[in-house]
Amino acid sequence: MQPPPVRDTVVETRGLTKRYRGGRPAVADLDLSVPRGSVFGFLGPNGSGKTTTIRMLLGLIEPSGGGVRMLGEPMPDAARRVLPRVGALIEGPALYGFLSGRDNLARFDAADPTADPRTRAARVGRALERVGLTAAAGKRARTYSLGMKQRLGLAAALLQPRDLLVLDEPTNGLDPQGMREIRALVRELADDGTTVFLSSHLLDEVEQVCTHAAVMARGRLLTQGPVAELAAGAHGRLVVTTPDSADAVRVLKEWGVTDLTVDGDRVTGEVPTVDPPDPADLNAALVRSGVRVRAFGTERVSLEDAFVALTGEGFDVAG
Amino acid sequence: MSRADLPRAGASHVEPARGEPAGGEPAGGRDVPARRPGPLWSLGLFRSELVLTFRRWRTLALLAVLAGIPLLVGIAVRIETGGDGTADGGGGEGPAFIGQITNNGLFLVFTALAATLPFFLPMTVGVVAGDAIAGEAGAGTLRYLLVAPAGRTRLLLAKFTAVVVFCLAATLTVAVSALVVGVLLFPVGEVTLLSGTTVSFAEGLVRALAIAVAVAVSLVGLAALGLFVSTLTNSGVAAMATTVGLLIAVQILGAIPQLDAVHPYLFPHHWMSFADLLRDPVYWEDLLDNLGLQGLYAAVFGTAAWARFTNRDITV
Repeated sequence: MQPPPVRDTVVETRGLTKRYRGGRPAVADLDLSVPRGSVFGFLGPNGSGKTTTIRMLLGLIEPSGGGVRMLGEPMPDAARRVLPRVGALIEGPALYGFLSGRDNLARFDAADPTADPRTRAARVGRALERVGLTAAAGKRARTYSLGMKQRLGLAAALLQPRDLLVLDEPTNGLDPQGMREIRALVRELADDGTTVFLSSHLLDEVEQVCTHAAVMARGRLLTQGPVAELAAGAHGRLVVTTPDSADAVRVLKEWGVTDLTVDGDRVTGEVPTVDPPDPADLNAALVRSGVRVRAFGTERVSLEDAFVALTGEGFDVAG
Repeated sequence: MSRADLPRAGASHVEPARGEPAGGEPAGGRDVPARRPGPLWSLGLFRSELVLTFRRWRTLALLAVLAGIPLLVGIAVRIETGGDGTADGGGGEGPAFIGQITNNGLFLVFTALAATLPFFLPMTVGVVAGDAIAGEAGAGTLRYLLVAPAGRTRLLLAKFTAVVVFCLAATLTVAVSALVVGVLLFPVGEVTLLSGTTVSFAEGLVRALAIAVAVAVSLVGLAALGLFVSTLTNSGVAAMATTVGLLIAVQILGAIPQLDAVHPYLFPHHWMSFADLLRDPVYWEDLLDNLGLQGLYAAVFGTAAWARFTNRDITV
């Protein structure tokens, strides 16, 4: 068995499409590219095709068209070689309620044909420790809280050293403390070099932990790339605080600033995208015209603004 | 089971397993080296499947019900005959062999199997087989098994193996319970076979064991049918109900004389052939027909289950 080719792309899809019987495509013509070592945020409102995409990546759903390569090999043909190196948490944890946390992990470990049965108990113990469930390992899983179930699901994904972790909404249903812990764990794993593919509908979550992101809506990929570039794609609004708002509007209009609005002593506007003026020149022009400027700057652009700019709609609207 | 494994696994942890970093830490972010699976490692799923089946509360409850039936039959016969003396043949009503129980407790084994085979035994098999895939799908654990990756064919084989083992366990539960009750409540001794020959009690036991195996084999066709139904739905309860419903429907069809032409193709058609093991010499024809019919059902519905399960989108 020759080693798989080392590539810089961990997940790659070409024209990936899934059409359920008779309906519009759940995923259409998706070209996704997840760089090695990234924490890749997969964003989109509920119903935008994120979960269908993840299930196609993992070989649970057969694509209607297009192809998937994971860790350099075609899926689902190479599932037996690829999936042991991939940990996954898909649409929340699923456990055997009548088994203890430890026995649940042993069950999932036994399903992996590349897992050595002699070291199973040690692996399970390590995974439990990593998610902080050692104390509750002997309790039946049906007595676990949602947060504990989520952690046990994560432990199952961490049974083996992985090249890629696919986490579908890993913080769903967790309290703020639990969310922080999961994010810390994701960062820790990423620091170890594991590529993390994190689907979420929480923008600030993606902004906090992800280096790269892709945005889906209605089954289509709107954009993908480094998070910093995505946010930069949407221009920040110019904000001037001044008691002379009428004069300020007049001067800014002369410099080509559009969509000017005045709110008390706050003037905001869009700086033109083509041949934008230097903010320093703008400020100097204001002062030259006798506008007393208290504050001058550009509003920070969040990923949410970027998303609204991309979709032209609110985030929680499903297609 | 994992608790029992602990010390051993802890010890083997010392030897550095090739291909797997012992500490479990991914090595500096580079490729995790491909693990070299041992040839027997993939049997772990079969073991896990068996353990899972017999740790379910439901499985144990079904076995408890099956164990209780010979007890009820034994006590009923004992009360009916007032403890000693010879009852006069039972008047042709009730399950086969019931009249001979008072002479020989071993006949309770044959009676109990004959009484449970038409419905109770296959019903328990229908429950376990129907739940096999659909139950995992309903609980959501199926997706985690498949990305582990269990492999669809391997998982289906493991499930079928577990169901067949359950068939044997269920039959043996009835047989052993009947034997214990029979020995406690009735005299035992040499066994007079259906052909009139008398054999020793020991040979009678061997024939009882053979009968239990024959009954278990009779259930394999239904097991395959149930497994196929189980691949069609994501609801364990629906699959169980459908399988048991099919069993009842087939039993009704088998009782309608006008449908004579289809009877040889119904899976319960040769079920009572196990009684032929109580003849000397054993009358094999019907037994072998049963074996062939069960094999046919297992092949047809096993293939159908495989075709369905390996092509299905797992959306739950």
